Amino acid sequence: MQSLLARLNKYSGATTAIISILLGMVVGAIMMLAAGYNPVAAYNALFVSALFQPYDLGETIRTITPLILTGLAVAIAFRTGLFNIGVEGQFIVGQLVAFIVATQLGLPPVIQVIVAVIMGGLAGALWGLVPGFLKASRGVHEVIVSIMMNFIALYLSNYLIRTWLAKGADSTPKIADSPPLKVDVLSQIFGGSRIHLGIFIALLGVFVMYYLLYRTKLGYELRAVGYNPRASEYAGMSVKRNIILSMMISGSFAGLAGASEVLGTSGYLSIEAAFTGIGFDGIAVALLGGNTPLGVIFAASLFGVLNYGGGNMQFEADVPFEVIRVVVAAIILFVAANISTKIVGRFRKQKGVKKHG
Amino acid sequence: MKKRTWLAMILAAMLILAVGCGQGNDQAANESGFKVGMVTDTGGLNDESFNQTTWDGLERAKDELGADIKALESKQDSDYVPNLTKFAREGRNLTWAVGFKHEKAVPEVAQQFPDVQFGIVDSNLGGNIPANVTAVTFKEEEGSFLVGAAAGLTTKTNKVGFIGGINSELIEKFEAGFIAGVKAVNPKAEVISAYAGSFSDVTKGRTLSAGMYNQGADIIYHAAGGVGKGLFDEVKTREAGKFWAIGVDMDQSRLAPEHTLTSMVKKVDVAVFDITKSLKDKDLKSGEHHVFGLQDDAVGLAENTKNINPDVLTKVNEYKEKIISGDIVVPTKVADVK
Amino acid sequence: MNVVEMIGITKRFPGIVANDNINLAIKKGEIHALLGENGAGKSTLMNVLFGLYQPEEGEIRINEKKVMITGPTMANELGIGMVHQHFMLVQPFTVTENIILGDERSKGGILDIKQAEKEIQKLSDQYGLKVDPSAKISDISVGMQQRVEILKTLYRGAETLIFDEPTAVLTPQEIDELISIMKNLVKEGKTIIFITHKLKEIMRTCDRVTVIRRGKVIDTVDVAGNDENTLASLMVGRKVSFSIDKEDAETGETILDIQNLVMEKGNGVKVINGLNMEVKAGEIVGLAGVDGNGQSELIEAITGLQSIKSGHIKLNKQDIANQRPRKITESGVGHIPEDRQKRGLVLDFTVSENMVLQTYYQPPFTKGMSIQFNEIDQFAKRLIEEYDVRTPSIDTPIRALSGGNQQKAIIAREVDREPTLLIAAQPTRGLDVGAIEFIHRKLVEQRDNGKAVLLVSLELDEILKLSDRIAVIYEGVIVGWVDPQNATEEELGLLMAGSALEKEAN
Repeated sequence: MQSLLARLNKYSGATTAIISILLGMVVGAIMMLAAGYNPVAAYNALFVSALFQPYDLGETIRTITPLILTGLAVAIAFRTGLFNIGVEGQFIVGQLVAFIVATQLGLPPVIQVIVAVIMGGLAGALWGLVPGFLKASRGVHEVIVSIMMNFIALYLSNYLIRTWLAKGADSTPKIADSPPLKVDVLSQIFGGSRIHLGIFIALLGVFVMYYLLYRTKLGYELRAVGYNPRASEYAGMSVKRNIILSMMISGSFAGLAGASEVLGTSGYLSIEAAFTGIGFDGIAVALLGGNTPLGVIFAASLFGVLNYGGGNMQFEADVPFEVIRVVVAAIILFVAANISTKIVGRFRKQKGVKKHG
Repeated sequence: MKKRTWLAMILAAMLILAVGCGQGNDQAANESGFKVGMVTDTGGLNDESFNQTTWDGLERAKDELGADIKALESKQDSDYVPNLTKFAREGRNLTWAVGFKHEKAVPEVAQQFPDVQFGIVDSNLGGNIPANVTAVTFKEEEGSFLVGAAAGLTTKTNKVGFIGGINSELIEKFEAGFIAGVKAVNPKAEVISAYAGSFSDVTKGRTLSAGMYNQGADIIYHAAGGVGKGLFDEVKTREAGKFWAIGVDMDQSRLAPEHTLTSMVKKVDVAVFDITKSLKDKDLKSGEHHVFGLQDDAVGLAENTKNINPDVLTKVNEYKEKIISGDIVVPTKVADVK
Repeated sequence: MNVVEMIGITKRFPGIVANDNINLAIKKGEIHALLGENGAGKSTLMNVLFGLYQPEEGEIRINEKKVMITGPTMANELGIGMVHQHFMLVQPFTVTENIILGDERSKGGILDIKQAEKEIQKLSDQYGLKVDPSAKISDISVGMQQRVEILKTLYRGAETLIFDEPTAVLTPQEIDELISIMKNLVKEGKTIIFITHKLKEIMRTCDRVTVIRRGKVIDTVDVAGNDENTLASLMVGRKVSFSIDKEDAETGETILDIQNLVMEKGNGVKVINGLNMEVKAGEIVGLAGVDGNGQSELIEAITGLQSIKSGHIKLNKQDIANQRPRKITESGVGHIPEDRQKRGLVLDFTVSENMVLQTYYQPPFTKGMSIQFNEIDQFAKRLIEEYDVRTPSIDTPIRALSGGNQQKAIIAREVDREPTLLIAAQPTRGLDVGAIEFIHRKLVEQRDNGKAVLLVSLELDEILKLSDRIAVIYEGVIVGWVDPQNATEEELGLLMAGSALEKEAN
């Protein structure tokens, strides 16, 4: 028993995550039963289809791709003690600039894609620079500035699409017959789904974040500033410079997410009435993943499976969309609140005091 | 750690709150073998607009044709392709894609599944319609012309307003038709137009309409989806019988019964049902663009006309005949309005 | 007669036994000291007595009756009051309002403040507390605030008063006053339990002392007939040397030279007002003063953490005023900051990572862009060995270390850089005797190695013991230089309270 507890303790991160997911599913099941739907069929649709059919697996990976990148964006800013709520806007400008590079510059095909991806990332970095700079120089809270930058990005993008890129239509023409990051071989392996090379950009991003944070002096500074800005100042680091850099790196991840979406998934831009939500999902992904590179992969995967599998629940088990959202939210709530830690903790505590009296 | 957990909990709670109240789609356990699917755009099934009216059309198909019907709601633009694909792989005889936001997804999926029929509402796919796709659009400008005429004849201030959602070709048809209608009956009247830049921002709708009423407009027509709710919220606070709102897509008078002059209904259900029926009867010629207008009774004033002066209604009906007969051609661009 | 008796008290927390079968008996009318190092379990024991914790085993007797104390209210009813180390007062309220808070006695639902005020005035006079019941808390001194806390317990009918480290926040004069108040209280029939780790105060005040070490009672002894050394070795478990053996200073060149330093706060108030001082190589200069007289600002100015308005700060004849902190660090300043957890350490970093907080970017710790953790780990291993930092491993987050070991880590880091000027601000605050001894030795060692040491401390003992010269700071200026060999605490206390001007006039 002792050793089991010790082991549980050691792997508590993964264990509590799994327990949390299961608890969330139980609550979701109760809600589905109450609403008159079959939870077994629903969960079967949610998880099995999303993971075990090539086409659906491919689509699930496609859903996960931008979430990893936006999750990284939020996570790295958090690491420096900044809340980058502007990932959404940085995503949009990344998408916009990547599209412009891919369609307007007339570069040779392969170079064009590479330049488009890089420029998308740089555009995101620029969008992150503004709140970072204002925070560092004027002390303006980054949340306020980055929310405003979101709106500027959205309406700037809409304006450019309407007046220039789409010439009055609601959406632009496609970049090419097939999105430039889409590779037929990959697509065919996954049953013709829209999985694309963006997933490799995302995984590379995970590696870059890991290496940057834990293996470079810049990462050392970013983490120090995030944990304790006063001690960092004492140690002679420039807190301001690190704030700006952190927001730029964060923005570039978001910009890459946008670039990979437009170059890999859709291949066109359209006038959007509202935010895509991919950036905001990134906040939840980062928090759920504990702001670590590996955690972001897992959290993004959970979100991806739930998002994409949610559609399957609708399709195969006839559960209406609203109920699916409640179930998904329940699972996320349980993971986020980490209630299982409490339960495990309580169990230990009871063991500890049982000699009482 | 505490702070992080806290934030996460707030976020999760927001997610739950964001879930609207909805209703399940009726499940048809039909064995007729004729299966029809529908994919909504991000507005969802209960959007009080074309998604909802398309579903009405499918329900009629279920009742009258014994079709097995099913809908999938899209959360993001990137959901269109997989949702359409699911229906196609399942072998639905016909899958409807609702809204012009599907115009890139439909040809893509249609190419992959040449043996399955697709329909798209509100887009002609830029003229390149694959052989297994039927495109359906509406002459919104004709219906808008009629409500414009009603407005032009009813206004006391000679000033009326138009609120659009996001500036686009489609919404411009509403605006152009409306202005043409107003000018046709009342050349002195002035039309103020504004775009909300959104199809969902209720507050923006209310602010815009309050501004227009305060500038002297007494009737406002909207083609702005959820933004329009703000218009009805605003007009309700003003004197009944003096200030009016005109609804769109379906009869919206229940939002403000005493203040709704009329609504420009767009009977997507009629069009969807007609096409679905002709497919069932095997006389559908797909790969074509079908335009539904006044003469198909697919656009026009709402049936409920209690708030319109009978004389006005008579006049409006005269215009309706002129349009059907071709005496009047309603412009689709604001620039073309004389 | 024993007013309080605790028999076989055991209290466990996850991983540790905070109180292990503790027996404590307090006689009526005595001042009984509870002596122990930080973390020995004194506060836990008193929180058990005050009803904040429930013990797993053991019983409590009040006036020789067995009781179960379930909470502070119940403790109050049993005549036990606690004067907390951190005051629990509402700043904008008056003394009276604070005292009756939570114990409002009303007549038909109406608060009778006047009546309460009268009662409080009476209590204050009876025990010689000299508190004005209608004064606002925000307007009175810290020492006075403490007396309000004492009044609070008396108003609630306390017969036994627990004082939790009451002298930590007071000036020497205030400490004297507190001690006479405590003696008054006992004269009037009250009983006092005095939690402290300061031996001198025990010798001056208490009748008996119970020494606690690692959760266990070591002994209860009479103060009369024992001396500080005996008590200290009981507390620490080994012999402790109090005096520091140091030779006379062999001073060299002036290392730090501050001229006409002026610093302002954001609102234009001058916090340092034309300060002059110098520190030479091979000496320890002690900066004495009551907290808040500009010590923190002065240190932050020297280290570049705050900018100055005017004046010069010269290090080895180079002006370093308003330079970036990194530049100053590189030119040879070591800084043991007064708030080690907020300034000196990144608590979530490992021990290893904290050891290179100022040097991480230099070779061999960084090559090109990438950090060389192997080098850092080796370096950290050497330091924790040399400076006896007790940590499970170099990869442990430094948060998990005790205060003493955290401070040793900082000292290791700062001293190992071989700075020409070492600034030590409150280097032993909150530490136990063992750690204090170690740190004092290290500071003297630096001096003997020819470094200039600037020691800032609120503990006069420490200043007197270590310094070669003492500068007294008051309202942002040095009001006097004192020779520690000939100075008394009283003299220093007067200077610290700002009476220098009259003195110089004499």
